Order: sequence, then structure tokens, then C-alpha cells
Amino acid sequence: MALLSKQNKEAFTNPLNLDHPILVQVLGICSALAVTSQLKPAIVMGLAVTVITAFSNVIISIIRNTIPNRIRIVVQLVVVAALVTIVSQVLKAYVYDVSVQLSVYVGLIITNCILMGRLEAFAMQNKPWPSFLDGVGNGIGYAMILVVVGAFREFFGRGSLLGFQIIDCKDFNNGMMTMPAMALILVGCVIWIHRAYFYKEK
Amino acid sequence: MKLNTNSNTYIIVYSTVLVLIVAFLLAFVSQSLKPQQDKNVALDQEKQILNSLNLRGLSDDEAHATYEKIVTFDEAQNVYVCTLENGDVKYVLPLKGQGMWGGISAFLSVDSDKNTIYGAYFNHESETAGLGAEIKDNPDWQAKFHGKKIFADESKETLALSVEKNVNNETTVDAVTGATVTSTAVSKMLQEQLTKKYLDFLKN
Repeated sequence: MALLSKQNKEAFTNPLNLDHPILVQVLGICSALAVTSQLKPAIVMGLAVTVITAFSNVIISIIRNTIPNRIRIVVQLVVVAALVTIVSQVLKAYVYDVSVQLSVYVGLIITNCILMGRLEAFAMQNKPWPSFLDGVGNGIGYAMILVVVGAFREFFGRGSLLGFQIIDCKDFNNGMMTMPAMALILVGCVIWIHRAYFYKEK
Repeated sequence: MKLNTNSNTYIIVYSTVLVLIVAFLLAFVSQSLKPQQDKNVALDQEKQILNSLNLRGLSDDEAHATYEKIVTFDEAQNVYVCTLENGDVKYVLPLKGQGMWGGISAFLSVDSDKNTIYGAYFNHESETAGLGAEIKDNPDWQAKFHGKKIFADESKETLALSVEKNVNNETTVDAVTGATVTSTAVSKMLQEQLTKKYLDFLKN
């Protein structure tokens, strides 16, 4: 089978549009709301989830035939938890300020529904390479929304992007934008736009 | 022969092996990254102390070098003693308290009269971004502590330093807008910790 056959391509592109984890399946919303008040943690969170989804998908896919059916969820959890712990340790060692900002949310990637969903629905039935593509696709799909919402909230809430002040807004502090409630409304708007212009029913 | 992956023996062996592998892997990662992490935590604290001395925005290396040069830790009093470049001596008091959602902490630097505040830096674990988190993120608010007095008068009888809404006088700092609970918590932390841990130090 070619590395980028039609099926493999679909495994990668479907989660970016037709099967988008946030926009269509509406999974992983909790962390999307919590870490998007600024752009930098949103990007790091997106990257972390992409890496973890991709590699947990690969690992589970490699050992899928040896996993006892009765404890498969436990095995998946152990693999995800191990990867999450490693990522959070690496963040703490190399980007300390970001890891402080993300605080509990890196740990909570374990309970991110996107991960468990992909492992159960895709990695358990497919070979490592398509599983890897599926994981990367889902991670990027998730990261996309986080970056859009994060950029929007940081710009309109604080007048800055990635910490650089773009508009000076000392007297104009838009606290509403930095509250989690606004992220919910923004994600709603993004879903609305996606449905209206990009989404085609199969 | 095909392995029966549903037999009890297989499940027990499988889970044991899996857990052992993961445990060794995690122990290895944690051990090999620990020195770097400890360095980060220590550097972060050094930066916080320098922030409370109004030395802000230093790069990692600068911060470490400056800290080594001007700050020493007095273990008996639990106070950081700093000699600034112009020869002034400042004391930095580490404080800890309970915020709205989690712990808050502070470094409060005072002049050598042990009454006038030179600077302050606040930190928190999980206050609301944009509201309670302003105690850490807003240097302008922290700057309001500069020049405030800890005690009501020179006799140092009553500890008066506090944070209150719409009050701005010698010993009171205006609260953060929209963060009443966090501001009250900061006030309480200042009052309690200064009384409990540093009253003798400040009066002498």
C-alpha cells in the first residue's frame, strides 16, 4: 500500500473538515475553553495534543492485536497517561513559563475525549501508519481551533498577540473576552461559519 | 498456535509487563529531566524576588547573575537581604496565603526602616485570568505598593497594611477591579503572615 493512498489521505484530511473533532464531533471542548485566553498556551496545548494523539495512536495500533479485549480501555489509558506525563515533564524542563500557565490542563489531556475516541475508533482497527496520520490530523484540527480562538481572545481582550502589545489599551480592558464564557461563544461562531461555508453532508 | 488473549493468565501477565515497562520509562524520563526542572524552579523564584525589588524584565542569565550579586538569604529570619547597586539595603519577605481558587504567594520588599515598602511581587496558582490573575500579570498594580507603610505610625504598634476597594492612602492599596475575593485574600495574607512570621523582625 502506498504511503499516501486515497484511504491514508482521507485518514489525515477527514478530521480537518468532515470529521473535525471540535467542529463536527464537538469533543475536547473543555480544554479548548480553558487554555485559549492567550495565544501562546493555545499553540503549546495544540502541539502537545497533536504529539500525544499521534504517538498514542501509533503505539496502540502496533500492539492492537495483543491487547486483551476486556482491559483495552485500561491499556489505552496507561499508554496515554505515560505519554502525557512525559510531555508535561519536557514542558517543565524546557518551557517552564508555559507549563506554569497550562498548569493542570496538560495533565487533563489524559481525559481529552478526542484521544480516547481516536484510540477506540481508529487505532484499534488500523495499521500504524494510517493511525499516525489520523492522530496528526485530529491534533491539527484541534490545534487550529485553539489558535483561532486564542488569537481572537488575546487580541480583543488585551490588544496583544503572543504577548506583544499591538494596541495600547490601558484604559480599555476587555475582561469579557478573557473569561471562559467568551470562548464558548467564539467556538459556537466558528462552528456556525464552518457549517455554513465548508461542511458538506456526506 | 494462536494466543488466547482473553484468558485470565494472559491478562494478568500482560498488564503486569505493561505497567512495569511504563514505570521504568517514566522513572527514567523524570530522573533525566529533573536537574533542568529544578534549575527552572529556582530561577523562577530568583526572578520573582528581583521583580519585588523592581528589577523587572531581565533575561534568564542577567537575572541569575544579578541575583547572585545582590541577594543573600538569612535563614534565621527567613528573609532575603539585598544590597542594591547604590548601597541601599532592602529586605524581601516571602509570604504565602489562600486565594480564590488556589494558593497565592508574594515577595514583599521593604526599606531598611522596616516600615516603608519598596516593591512587591505576587504570584498565584489558579486565579481567574484577566481578573484575579491581575495580581501577578499587572505590574502597574504591584507598583502601587511602592512607598506604602506597613505600620500605622512610627511607633509600629498597629499593623495597618491592607488592600481595599476604592481606598488609597498611606497604608492601603486600591483593590483590583473585578477581583474582590482575590484582593481580600491578598489583604488577609499580608495581615496574617506579617503578624505571624515577621512582627519581631519588623519591630527591631
